[in-house]
Amino acid sequence: MRSKETFFWITISCGIVIMAFILIPLVEMMTAPSFAMLKETIKDKDVVRSIWLSIYTAGLAAIISFIFGTPLAYLLARTDFTGKRFVESIIDLPIVIPHPVVGIAILSIAGRNHWIGQIFSDLGIRIMGSVTGIVVVLTFVGLPFYVNAVKNGFESISPRLENVSRSLGASMFSTFFRITFPLAWRSMLIGIIMCSARAISEFGAVVIVAYHPMIAPVMIYERFEAYGLKYSQPVAVWLVSICLILFLALRILTLHNKKEA
Amino acid sequence: MIKIENLNIHLGEFNLYDINLNIEENEFFILMGPTGAGKTVLLEAIAGLIPTKSGTIYVRNKNITKLPPEKRGIGIVYQDHSLFPHLTVLDNITYGLHFHKIDKAQAEKRLNRLVKDLNLDHLLKRLPLNLSGGELQRVALARALMVNPSVLLLDEPLSSLDTSFREEIRTGLKRLHKDSNVTFLMVTHDFAEALSLADRAAVMNNGIIEQTGSMEDILQRPDSTFVADFVGMKNLFAAQFRDTKAIINNLEIELGRKPANSHGYIAIRPEDIVLSKEKLASSMRNSFKGNVTGVSDKGLYYEVDIMVKKVTFKSSITKSSLFELGIQEGIEVLLSFKSTAIHNF
Repeated sequence: MRSKETFFWITISCGIVIMAFILIPLVEMMTAPSFAMLKETIKDKDVVRSIWLSIYTAGLAAIISFIFGTPLAYLLARTDFTGKRFVESIIDLPIVIPHPVVGIAILSIAGRNHWIGQIFSDLGIRIMGSVTGIVVVLTFVGLPFYVNAVKNGFESISPRLENVSRSLGASMFSTFFRITFPLAWRSMLIGIIMCSARAISEFGAVVIVAYHPMIAPVMIYERFEAYGLKYSQPVAVWLVSICLILFLALRILTLHNKKEA
Repeated sequence: MIKIENLNIHLGEFNLYDINLNIEENEFFILMGPTGAGKTVLLEAIAGLIPTKSGTIYVRNKNITKLPPEKRGIGIVYQDHSLFPHLTVLDNITYGLHFHKIDKAQAEKRLNRLVKDLNLDHLLKRLPLNLSGGELQRVALARALMVNPSVLLLDEPLSSLDTSFREEIRTGLKRLHKDSNVTFLMVTHDFAEALSLADRAAVMNNGIIEQTGSMEDILQRPDSTFVADFVGMKNLFAAQFRDTKAIINNLEIELGRKPANSHGYIAIRPEDIVLSKEKLASSMRNSFKGNVTGVSDKGLYYEVDIMVKKVTFKSSITKSSLFELGIQEGIEVLLSFKSTAIHNF
């Protein structure tokens, strides 16, 4: 591409506009609170509790997605069946549904006048206003990201490797754990990161199902409503920083794995 | 050894129709055919990797049609080698031992023999990532043979390799086959390969087997126009048979024998057609004057098109005879061939 072409300059300028659009508000927010304020905020037990709650409910959602989503992702990657497209669109549904609608939908089966809610209530499990409820919501919104990432991972592994493994005497189970799993491990970690990142950012659905116990986004919203921008910023900075560090650590782990493979 | 009876497979665009095949114990059998003929589908069906619609597959008189692949004892080597990328060469080779009860000392002995035969000693600790095509293929062979399968299926093992590696793997294959009691079934589209390796072969096209027989049979006596064309019988003509003669348009060709059918085809290999300036004093019964209508360079030889009474023959000759005879487009030459070089069907 000759650098003097107009087209080249258009692509460059659009790129710069987008970078600025993303970075300026984020940098502004991250640098707004003073160091003293940040220090004071992290001493607040409510803040620590809500950030911790956010992280571990998102982590649980990712683990649940890993356990139930991995076999489904494998099925979608390896087999062709009538209605596969339909199944794939169902999995993508939570991405396109407005967040408060997700919360309302989950509440509508969690109540006592629905048989599922009845079963849960008989078992002593509460959805509304509980950690369980938060995990249910976060799994609902995070699952598609996990399944899609891992499905792509499985698709990139040649089925011939599995064929060879079986011809050498390995059962389907042994083949999965000795060949497919080690090769797809990286995409599973990426799926876990995507899923929990999506889960941590959820606000609209959670706020309907469980205002309390308070996850970090709900707390940020509450502080903004009650005390204004200045008081919500430090919590946001802490949440974003801790999540970035966690994801970075996971990412480094996966890159390390790639070198080994 | 391998006996396939009325095998049918319908897998969307991949179909096999009524496949019947018999492969003897310890034979080197070759499956030929153009791309999309269903060769790989047949291999994968024998290995149990794709579902069959109907028909039976026997190996050593045992019906294996419904057995899962891990219970068949049939090894497979793919064109792309398909080595496990996360395992070292040694772990790749010994992978199958996890699932077979083989005496340790015996396994060790077999490993050492394969490593030596296939010259893998210096590669054992490496990952497949940086190995050359020939090395990858040798590892894939060792891995498949390590569990001592009754049959080894080879899916175009040489076609992805450079010419230099190809020769090396080919001789390696031949030696491995000779030294083991494993039956080899290999897919290829290269005749030189097939000729140098195979005991017998089959030609496939559009999901059916066109012909099965010795390499000699397939090359010299094709059963159908497809096989004749596929094996390079470039002079293929529809003909009427009258007595011992075949008639193409107005051209009478002496066959020296009386065909059973009244019309059919005759086929002559281009290397069996001799060109000359004057009539040759030889036993060749068929000799015609014709005009050269085309000369094309095929690398190691030249292919010359000669028109005789509106029938175009193709003859392949060496570069030196091309110059000796001064052959170029438009000149008149004499073409001759023995009646025994004509194949009719």
